[in-house]
Amino acid sequence: MRAFRYHRPADVADAVAVLAAEPQAAYLGGGTNLVDLMKLGVQRPDVLVDVTRLPLDTVEEAPDGGLRIGATVRNSDLAAHPTVRRDYPVLARALLAAASGQLRNMATTGGNLLQRTRCVYFQDTGKACNKREPGSGCAALHGQNRDLAVLDWSEQCVATHPSDLAVALTALDTVVEVHEPDGPRDVPITALYRSPGTHPERETTLARGTLITAVRLPPLPAARRSTYVKVRDRASFAFAVGSVAAVLDLDGDVVRDVRLAYGAVAHRPWRAYRAEEALRGRPFSPELAARAADAELAEARPLRHNGFKVPLTRAITVRALSELASS
Amino acid sequence: MSTGAVGRAYPRLEGREKVTGTARYAVEYPVDGITYGWAVPSAVVRGRITRVDTTQALASPGVLAVVHHGNAPRLAPGPEPELWLLQEPAVHYRGQYVAVVVATSLEAAREGARLVRIDYDAGPHSTVLTDDHPGLYQPDHVNPSYPTDTAEGDFDAGYAAAPVRVDVTYRTPAYHNNPMEPHATTAQWRDGRLLVHDSNQGATSVRATLAELFEVPPESVRVVAQHVGGGFGSKGYAKAAVVLTALAARHVDRPVKLALTRQQIFGPIGYRTPTIQRVRLAADADGRLTAICHDAISQTSTIREFAEQTAVYTRSMYAAPHRRTTHRLVRLDVPTPFWMRAPGECPGAYALESAMDELALAVGIDPVELRIRNDTEVDPDQGRPFTSRNLVACLREGAQRFGWTDRDPTPRARRDGRWLIGTGMAGSSYPARARPSSARATARPDGSFLVQINATDIGTGARTAIWQVAADALGVPPERVEIHIGDTALPTAPLAGGSMGTASWSWAVIRAAQTLREKLQDLPGGVPADDVSADADTTDEVGGQPTLPRYAYGAQFAEVRVDADTGEVRLNRMLGVFAAGRVVNPTTARSQLIGGMTMGLSMALHEEGLLDERYGDWVNHDLATYHITGCADVESVEAYWLDEHDDELNPAGVKGIGEIGIVGAAAAIANAVHHATGVRVRDLPIRLDKLVGTSSLA
Ligand SMILES: Cc1cc2nc3c(=O)[nH]c(=O)nc-3n(C[C@H](O)[C@H](O)[C@H](O)COP(=O)(O)OP(=O)(O)OC[C@H]3O[C@@H](n4cnc5c(N)ncnc54)[C@H](O)[C@@H]3O)c2cc1C
Ligand code: SF4
Repeated sequence: MRAFRYHRPADVADAVAVLAAEPQAAYLGGGTNLVDLMKLGVQRPDVLVDVTRLPLDTVEEAPDGGLRIGATVRNSDLAAHPTVRRDYPVLARALLAAASGQLRNMATTGGNLLQRTRCVYFQDTGKACNKREPGSGCAALHGQNRDLAVLDWSEQCVATHPSDLAVALTALDTVVEVHEPDGPRDVPITALYRSPGTHPERETTLARGTLITAVRLPPLPAARRSTYVKVRDRASFAFAVGSVAAVLDLDGDVVRDVRLAYGAVAHRPWRAYRAEEALRGRPFSPELAARAADAELAEARPLRHNGFKVPLTRAITVRALSELASS
Repeated sequence: MSTGAVGRAYPRLEGREKVTGTARYAVEYPVDGITYGWAVPSAVVRGRITRVDTTQALASPGVLAVVHHGNAPRLAPGPEPELWLLQEPAVHYRGQYVAVVVATSLEAAREGARLVRIDYDAGPHSTVLTDDHPGLYQPDHVNPSYPTDTAEGDFDAGYAAAPVRVDVTYRTPAYHNNPMEPHATTAQWRDGRLLVHDSNQGATSVRATLAELFEVPPESVRVVAQHVGGGFGSKGYAKAAVVLTALAARHVDRPVKLALTRQQIFGPIGYRTPTIQRVRLAADADGRLTAICHDAISQTSTIREFAEQTAVYTRSMYAAPHRRTTHRLVRLDVPTPFWMRAPGECPGAYALESAMDELALAVGIDPVELRIRNDTEVDPDQGRPFTSRNLVACLREGAQRFGWTDRDPTPRARRDGRWLIGTGMAGSSYPARARPSSARATARPDGSFLVQINATDIGTGARTAIWQVAADALGVPPERVEIHIGDTALPTAPLAGGSMGTASWSWAVIRAAQTLREKLQDLPGGVPADDVSADADTTDEVGGQPTLPRYAYGAQFAEVRVDADTGEVRLNRMLGVFAAGRVVNPTTARSQLIGGMTMGLSMALHEEGLLDERYGDWVNHDLATYHITGCADVESVEAYWLDEHDDELNPAGVKGIGEIGIVGAAAAIANAVHHATGVRVRDLPIRLDKLVGTSSLA
């Protein structure tokens, strides 16, 4: 394991300055992903800037009714927050469906959003991976790819984003507050992640050294009727093989508004705009939900081992929306 | 057996040490001047090392040495080619350890390992088992010494003539042993003598192997294995870690600790071979089996033949006039498969007990009843009566406890909301064997006793069980007995494996205790100040035992639910009833049985080693991607046992319970999935991708 220095920044400006000055420095949140990857030699920072003591650990209710969640708020604290549970159940459910109690106690909001793919080839320095080593090839494309993408992949990378939290935040139209070397900026979460394209090593639109300071949930009263459905290979402690975050707002039985996002299907949390479009303004029925999912998944290009993700994602879209409609 | 410690639920003797963290495992002993080893696995599958460049590694801070085939101390070419490590440039499988980096800290050793540059000349390889592989061959025998093929009657004719037939092929993937404690060793050489603290299932055989490899007398090697964090068979004999550590310690002339990482134990330490199993069953209209054939294909490596006895289970389980079993192997460029809990019986029973379920449906008879109809008092293989066979009693009691009786056999007939519900069952058996052992019992003047035996407790509760047996054999309350195990300084004993540990160890302990009691009777003045000891060695007695069919039996029942939309399979409950001779300690016995059943659940629904032929390597090699059943998957698992007495076993009357819990468990679950869904998945694990979108689910 590469020897590294450990830095505890005085404030946000200090943290960002160290990253700007040190080309191989990295932020350290709970370390539950980064430290594993360091041990495996996949990431090799020489300075760790521990952000967990910065004053970014609060959840504040905004005057307009939204919620501002500090970047170092732990996943377990966020899941237990009464406002989150009441106003954004999709968020609490997504968090609680992830990892294990111990990991959630350590994992931070910012670290969760920027966790790396679980593609097995990415995590093994003995195998080809464009994301880890640009130009080395994508072993997964014709390898073991059951867990990988069906939408929006490229020949260069077929990885998925592993976070459950990010899927819920994507459905909620979250804004990510970041601090770049030249100052603070707001980034809609739907503009945070990139498609793999020809540069899968670039996962976000953030400049190197950018610190996530908070995420902001806009007020969304409809989110009180929201849910997260996650399918995994065992009852707990497993990443999603399919997931849906859904918010449904009905006027009688007509869909007034709907937010849908999919996990485990693409390089980024997948906002299902086409499905939303197919649902909005129409009387809800499970058949409509299925047609909406079909509209979204029409462009799916399954790989050798993951064709099942298409019917699976369709099934959980119907499940999630039907449950919300009848609740 | 007078005071009655046997049969009582004592907590583990070392339980407190374990839960308070003071129990020491192999690399937890503090040693002055310790250094850390890191194993370097080969990056190619088959080939030769052409160059090892250690410049960068040696320049890295803290690195003391890089040990590889060019500079490693020499080992005697022994009978275990797998352990002839760092001796030659040849690479036989991916992940073969080709170097060890020794450094002053664990992190420095790991970084050093990354910096070792090794060039290879790599050749083509073949690592995937198929049923038409050109390399298929018939081994001379299968493990440990069973005939490769057997035939009785005329299977082909019997099969062709029968009114009901089932011809099905099942596949199981590679399963990887994942004990909590990895293979790990602390090794110290002093004046030509080797002391190792090692995580293994049998220190006696590890010592013998080390003595042979390092060409030193066995008395110069001491192996200590006080506490072992599991093995499931993978630590049955000396494995790479102990050899590498001893080599490294000799090379740097300092003590070395080395623990394999989780990633490094996927493959090189052994794994359950993948299998392809064709089972053909024929029966008359009443469900009486007329013909049974089980053809099993599995793999071995190019450097050692490991011929798993997959179809041996079928030879003795159910009777039929026409029977045939065969085993074929392929030598692949893979690490050698090895033992994993009930090797042979476990995958074999999955296939046979699944096929029995298919036959039950074909013939229209309840699966429990089908097994009762095909029960036999005489071993179809040996032609002799079983010493005891309580399969039917287990089936009946299990059916009653589980609530099987009014089961509607129609698949996909029960639903609870979005869940399809199904039940399934299977038979189970495992041979009851014993090996020679020695032991010593000592009386002390203060009225206490010491029992010494180099047995191993790999977390099973073996230490406590032997202690209970010893107390009864000595005729004293157990509180007066002290027990020492897990050290080659103690009388030699066989490994913890094959479900024969307790049978073998208690045999020797009982004999030593009996001799001691006789000696004490001749000492009217009481125990002298320098103690009185008695030794026992059961080699002659065990060897002289008549060859009889001795088996433990069981019946496994499972209820699953399958999500009709997503295909997710969850276990509602699992129940097993076993007949395994005398149960020494109900607490630890129950843990073994439900542990085995849970591992069967894991096999049925979760575990799968995913191989990438291009790399000749398993790609899911950690516990986040190789799924093992978690607590949330085990909603209810119950184990019961019958009171069974069998005088043809061993003095303690035990049959062994470490493995039978897994045998048949996966079949019971697979059969329940079929009952729930109407879909018969014949390749494990049964994961949602094999069920989602299947028409019968919608
Ligand atoms: C066995 C296992 C199972 C898991 N299962 C799931 C699951 O089912 N679902 C799921 O969603 N997740 C799962 N996880 C992943 C877990 O959620 C993440 O590891 C965790 O959320 C990462 O948060 P962290 O604070 O520990 O991040 P770290 O490991 O500290 O950091 C992750 C990355 O984010 C960067 N970073 C951290 N904080 C900031 C910041 N404020 N600004 C900018 N960059 C930052 C780091 O530099 C690093 O690159 C699992 C993890 C494990 C180990
Ligand atoms: S899918 Fe992406 S992460 Fe996986 S091997 Fe290919 S490039 Fe690497």
